[in-house]
Amino acid sequence: MHVTSPVREPLIQGGKTYADVTEDICRHVEGAPTKEWKIAFGISLLVLAYGTVCLAWTWWEGLGVWGLNKTVGWAWDITNFVWWVGIGHAGTLISAILLLFRQKWRTSINRAAEAMTIFAVICAASFILMHMGRPWMAYWALPLPNAFGSLWVNFNSPLVWDVFAISTYFSVSLVFWYIGLIPDLATIRDRATSKVSRFMYGTFAMGWDGSAKTWARYEYISLILAGLSTPLVLSVHTIVSMDFATSVIPGWHTTIFPPYFVAGAIFSGFAMVQNLMLITRVVYKLEDYITLEHIETMNKVITLTGSVVGVAYITEFFIAWYGGVEYEYYAFFNRMTGPYWWAYWAMMTCNVISPQLFWSRKLRRSITFTFFISIVVNIGMWFERFVIIVTSLHRDYIPSSWAMFSPTRYDIGDYIFSFGLFFTLFLLFSKYLPVVNMAEVKAVLRSTSAQLPAKIAGVAKVRQRGTAEPAFDKDKE
Amino acid sequence: MAELSGKYLVGVYDDDDTVLHAVPRLRKAGVKIKEVYSPFPIHGMDEALGHPRTRIGIAAFMFGVTGCCVALTLMIWTMGIDWPMIIGGKDPISIPAYIPITFELTVLFTAFGMVITFFISNGLGPGTHAHPRFDVRSTDNKFVMAIDLGRNSMTVEDISRALKDSGAEEVNIKQF
Repeated sequence: MHVTSPVREPLIQGGKTYADVTEDICRHVEGAPTKEWKIAFGISLLVLAYGTVCLAWTWWEGLGVWGLNKTVGWAWDITNFVWWVGIGHAGTLISAILLLFRQKWRTSINRAAEAMTIFAVICAASFILMHMGRPWMAYWALPLPNAFGSLWVNFNSPLVWDVFAISTYFSVSLVFWYIGLIPDLATIRDRATSKVSRFMYGTFAMGWDGSAKTWARYEYISLILAGLSTPLVLSVHTIVSMDFATSVIPGWHTTIFPPYFVAGAIFSGFAMVQNLMLITRVVYKLEDYITLEHIETMNKVITLTGSVVGVAYITEFFIAWYGGVEYEYYAFFNRMTGPYWWAYWAMMTCNVISPQLFWSRKLRRSITFTFFISIVVNIGMWFERFVIIVTSLHRDYIPSSWAMFSPTRYDIGDYIFSFGLFFTLFLLFSKYLPVVNMAEVKAVLRSTSAQLPAKIAGVAKVRQRGTAEPAFDKDKE
Repeated sequence: MAELSGKYLVGVYDDDDTVLHAVPRLRKAGVKIKEVYSPFPIHGMDEALGHPRTRIGIAAFMFGVTGCCVALTLMIWTMGIDWPMIIGGKDPISIPAYIPITFELTVLFTAFGMVITFFISNGLGPGTHAHPRFDVRSTDNKFVMAIDLGRNSMTVEDISRALKDSGAEEVNIKQF
């Protein structure tokens, strides 16, 4: 048992012991905020403040500030909503689907990726509230009886499915994330020196003691939660895509949308995880935990999902021509060569060409290049939603309602609001909670650590007796 | 043995394999182990300790069935009975259109029901600090075995020796 195949590189490097893991991860939680953190947090708060002012004016004055007197006026908000929801798919994918596939490399990144997911879904939800115009009426989206002044919600509508899908996804992801946090919160509680932190972490650790019985149940429910979250994460973007696909707008009314949106969501989500993890690993000195191996594996997922997205674009285009529906054909031809050709080609370049560069091993193991591509992919995926929404709407069936879209100051301000919110939440998370799942990393440490300390490693003992092949030995390479 | 009630012998191990192998050895020698505390799950530990398999999966299934029924009842009643409406030329009760929400609510009820069951069955909750803390390092890097002396007929010395023989690096006595 616990023997790693020599062909695999160890997941956790630096010959860490269990105590080292606790020490490395808890250090930034227990220490005072660093200067860099304070500066980053200050900037995020400023951005958030500016966004809040814009948002307040949007709600105070009304959605007219978005220029809603034409068919495409609301495009910006919906683009941002779909973009954030898409980003919010990677975390649960990493923690749920990769758990089912027993991919141990997920243990170093799942905590931060799930946090990123939760914050991205909060940002997405903020755009839903924004476009309601009267957010205090948001509860009307819930199935409330007629006495509230309206009929029941229409359960045939994908927009109502969306309400259920996103709120279920958000709450189940939050629960999944929190369950994973409890053992680590208990670790911090037991190390805490100040009364305040012992109380705070103690309260949220809920009296966790790590008994064998609790761990057995913990593993069991983690598996079921993963099993539930896997179809859930696929269902969310499927339902978001149905918001478009069940309409009769050319360019939206396609059956390819669900798988195409899900692949795109994973694609952009992984890019965002890369983006944040590349910064986090340097700032918190986690290079031994989030290694080049992790970065490379995520790049492979980006290439795979990027290829799915590329195939979807081409299929969609082919069917628009082959299907022989002239409106459909016009919508797609107009995307490529019409007034928004630059958005279409930006999307094609960022999403179809750039991930293919990762076929080169040198490029996918380059941190600078990965960081660059992760931003390119996120820009590309934003343009994808922009292209789908704007180009399909700006040429309506009636030429008199043809229009062009340009964002107003408040459109941009509301988008900035979501960035402020996202980074404020992420910075708070990265300071006050362990960014790496300590318990799970410890559980995979033995089978993956580069140098197995003889004291803690059963493998080293086996090797002395000469009854098994040694585990991966870095010095031999 | 009234004087031993509330007294525990605590074996501290520094390796998960050692403690996993120690459990069947000690049980064979007649030691009744209360529980083993570890910083991460040790596969096979609950079987080694003789804990019954968790039935939380059955509870999860029940919650899932409840969620499914709640969703379908809600939609069929509101759309088909309370205020029937023909939308898109379809039957007021059109089950295929209800599938997404049925799925979502099934997942929601299962997840929350199961997690609440998990908290209750483990006695976890906000402000809970009631668990005996045998060794504070069990959430860091040590594997801690607790033996309730009140429930064991062997002498303290015999158990200590058995613990040491099985690989424990420390044996402490805790009184609660």
